[in-house]
Formats: sequence, C-alpha cells, structure tokens
Amino acid sequence: MKTLLIAEHDNQTIKPATLHTLTAAKQLSDNIDILVIGSDCHAAAQNACELPFVKRALLADNPVYAHQLAENCATLIAELGKDYDYILAGATTFGKNLLPRIAAMLDVAMVSDVMQITVPDTFVRPIYAGNAIATVQSQDRIKLLTIRTTAFAIPTEKNSAAAAIEKITQVIPNELARFESQTLTQSKRPELTAARIIISGGRGLKSADNFHLLEEVADRLGAAVGASRAAVDAGFAPNDYQVGQTGKVVAPDLYIAVGISGAIQHIAGMKDSKVIVAINSDPEAPIFQIADYGLVGDLFKILPELRNELDKTGS
Amino acid sequence: MEKILVAVKRVVDYKASIRVKADGSGVETANVKMSMNPFDEIALEEAVRIKEKGLAKEIIAVTIGTDAAQEVLRTALAMGADKAILVKVETEVQPLAAAKILKALVLQETPQLVILGKQAIDTDNNQVGQMLAGLLQWPQGTFASKLDFHDDSVSVVREIDGGLETLLLKLPAVITTDLRLNEPRYISLPNIVQAKRKPLTTITADSLQINSAPTIKTLRVAAPEKRRSGVRLESVADLINRLKNEAQVI
Repeated sequence: MKTLLIAEHDNQTIKPATLHTLTAAKQLSDNIDILVIGSDCHAAAQNACELPFVKRALLADNPVYAHQLAENCATLIAELGKDYDYILAGATTFGKNLLPRIAAMLDVAMVSDVMQITVPDTFVRPIYAGNAIATVQSQDRIKLLTIRTTAFAIPTEKNSAAAAIEKITQVIPNELARFESQTLTQSKRPELTAARIIISGGRGLKSADNFHLLEEVADRLGAAVGASRAAVDAGFAPNDYQVGQTGKVVAPDLYIAVGISGAIQHIAGMKDSKVIVAINSDPEAPIFQIADYGLVGDLFKILPELRNELDKTGS
Repeated sequence: MEKILVAVKRVVDYKASIRVKADGSGVETANVKMSMNPFDEIALEEAVRIKEKGLAKEIIAVTIGTDAAQEVLRTALAMGADKAILVKVETEVQPLAAAKILKALVLQETPQLVILGKQAIDTDNNQVGQMLAGLLQWPQGTFASKLDFHDDSVSVVREIDGGLETLLLKLPAVITTDLRLNEPRYISLPNIVQAKRKPLTTITADSLQINSAPTIKTLRVAAPEKRRSGVRLESVADLINRLKNEAQVI
C-alpha cells in the first residue's frame, strides 16, 4: 500500500495540518511519499525529509506552481497519484480546494473530513455538522481523503534516516487562473479554526461595542473570539466570527460561550470542544446541558471579574 | 454573459434538530422541515445580483433529487431564477455523480458561470464544485466572499484559513460560495406567485447517460457521543481554579 501525502507549506516549512495528516497516513501504510509543490520551496522539501515515516519527498518546484492553485496542481497530482493507493491532505481550505478536483480527474470518489480510520477502506466522518457520525466504506481503487486535523495528533517520533528528495520535472502552466493577492488577518489573536481556546459571544452581549469585554478576556487567555449566528445577524460581530453549522466548526481545548443560549445550529459547530464553559443569565438556557462548567449570572459583571481574576492569578 | 447556472440542494433545515434513525441507516428526514441548503441560497442570490447589474441575461437553477426537490426549485424561481431543471433520481447521488450530472447540463445549457454552495449542510462533503470544475477543465473559485466581473474574467476573493486570497479566473468558471458573499433576500409573496408561472422541467439522470451508482457505502450512522452533564459553579474564582487544576486547559 502506497500513500501520497500532499504537503501544505509556506515554502519554508511544512504546516502543522500536514503533520496531523501524516499521523493518519501512518495508520494506512508504511510507504509514505510526501509531495511538496510550489515555487522556491526547496526549504520546505528539506523540512519534509526530516519528518518521521516519510520515505521520499517529491519536489515540484517551478514558478508555474506558485501559490499552489488548484487548476494545474490538481492535474500534476492526478498524474503523479495514479499509482498510489491513498492520496491524503489535511481538511483545511487548501486540502478542500484541491482534493475533490484531483478525485474527479482520477474518476474516483473522495471521503471528506476523516476523523477515524479502520484499515484499509473504512472511515468515520461527521455529517450534519457533527450531529451524526457516519462510518463509510470506500470501494474506489484510489482512496482520496481529507483528514480532520483535530482528530489526529502530531507525531512525536523522530525520523531515523532522512528521506531523499526526488525532483518532479513536469511543468504544467496554469492558463485558467492567476493569483492576484493575499491578505492574511493581522490579528494578535489566533484563528478560530486553529485556536486552542475560543471565547464566543451571543445575543446576550447586547451590542457590538460590548464585544470588547470578550476581547479583553481573550487577550489574557491567548484565545480567539467567536460569535453565535444570532450575534452576527444582529450585527454585533462580523460574519467570519460565526461558529456553528453554517459558520466555522471548531473543536478547541476550551470553549467559553458567553450570552449564548445554545441554538442547535451553534452547538453543532462547537460541541466537540474538549471543555465547554457556559456563562448565561438564563439558568434554563440549553447551552448548560452541554457545558462542563456553568456560571449563571450577569455577563456584564462576570466578564470584568474574569478579566481581573486572570490578571491576579496569571494564566 | 448569457447564462448562469446555479445548483441547489434540498436539505434538512438548518434549524431542525437532527435525529439518527434507530436502525443506524441514516438521519431521519420524514416529517422534518426541509429547505434550500443555505450556501446554495447565497449562490442563487449572487446570480440574481449579477443579473440585476446587467451582467447576465438568464439564470438557470438546477437540482438533483426526487419530485419533492421541486420545492427548492420553486424557491429558486421566486428568488429570481428564470427557469429550473430537476434531474430526477430515486437513489442517493454522491458528489462525483452529481458533478457528472451537472457537467452534462453545463454542456447542454452552455452557461459562462456555474455557482454552487461550498457544501451542503447534510453530507458536508464540500466536493461537487471542485469536481465539476475538474471535469470541465474550468478554473475554480472556491469559498468565495466577493466577485468582480471583467470582460472575460472574474476576480474572486476567497476565504482561506487565516485570511483572504484573490484570484483572477478566466470565464467560464465555477464558483462556490462562502457565508460572507451576500445575504439572501427575503422572498415576497408576489414573487412566489410569479414563480409558479416560470418553466420547471424534469429530466432523468438516465437520460443523461450517467452512471450515478454510489461507490462509497455508508455502513452505519450513529449519534455522536453525548457530553456528560457538567457542574454549576458559584464564582469566577472557582471557574478559573477548575479550568487550571481540574480541566488543565489554561
């Protein structure tokens, strides 16, 4: 069994999502090649060689592959991937953009968001935003999977012998799409989907201005700030803050829901968090049914107190 | 451009509670409120706005499903689609088969733009748009939050992890929508009435000569593990103490 792992990288180093995916790859087979595709990405390929379990690092380094656009990268990967049994990528916007296109070109199905593997062909994945868990069996000759990164830990092993780099010489220009620009959010807070701690606000916050109460706590915890759909619809928070079935699905170590009643659609987006804290003035709010720790009370008193208490004890 | 094709799907409403069937075969959909997939509503709204700006002449809404799926096509027509096509199937259609069906319709209808939701909130696959683009060998603008049209191209702002990316795609192209692209309009009663007079045709998947047999077998569907019920705390100090020493998350 041979696995091709598609690396996500910034030309210098391999991103954590790929390391999580490597753990999933190791469960499938011992024969793992990693593909580093991009422009001026030799350093990333060298980084890939140092990863555990990796047999070979395939390096497609050419200006035509800059920014790893799907159109020509998928064509190259479909060509390289046809002799593999598995093709894997992290279930990130990178992997989700690329892998289905490759699957279509190989005329095989794909399994999204794999959270558990039963070798060789059976996978567990969430459907209905995690309100149901499906166990599926793939009958395709090549199995393409995106891996839910929160479900597989980063490997702790060291590589015994560094893998060799093998250069891929095919050059496939992209005549269909061109990269224009990229703006990465310049926030000192982590991204919602990568944050270890998230503090989210709901309609109980009463106004957009009051979100600063959350931000003050977030900054003391190194947390990301999220919001419920109700808060977004009310204009209290921008849409990209939205956690829920139609927003972002998150699973941090700690999720603090403030002034959020716990509508189904919100719970679907955060209930896989390790520890959930609910702060709400309504003792009957459904959010308390799934919270590990609940505080009933006025959030306008509790949030400043939380901030002060964190300053006192340090976190 | 002449035509925009928008693919929509009928799914369990996002507010409905999800119940797994006792025999583990799937999720209960009988007597559950069904609606248009929210991301597809955004796709349709975007098409209507493009047409309203005078950049497109006709919007074709397409769905794949049983007769019941006509209901989302009527919604699509009420929102502003000009005509609708139901590709009738009686069995489950998986993403690759859906993409092949849509490709056949694209070749028939020759739109310059296909807009789809980035994922359906039932199966959560997030695959069809990308697969369709791959099959057509068209460029793809996935997770779009803004579109700007030029003569023969479209700038697409994409929501990527950690920020935004802007791509310039040559038309024809496939776009999949993210939440921030727009806010779908409220459908007025006159529009609902008017939609009843717009053309809705039904064809079968067989007539397109596409093998839509699933290759991924669902062995079982289960409810997720229930969370244990937690404790009510009396003070902020106790909360911080528990988070530090008991849960060890801060």
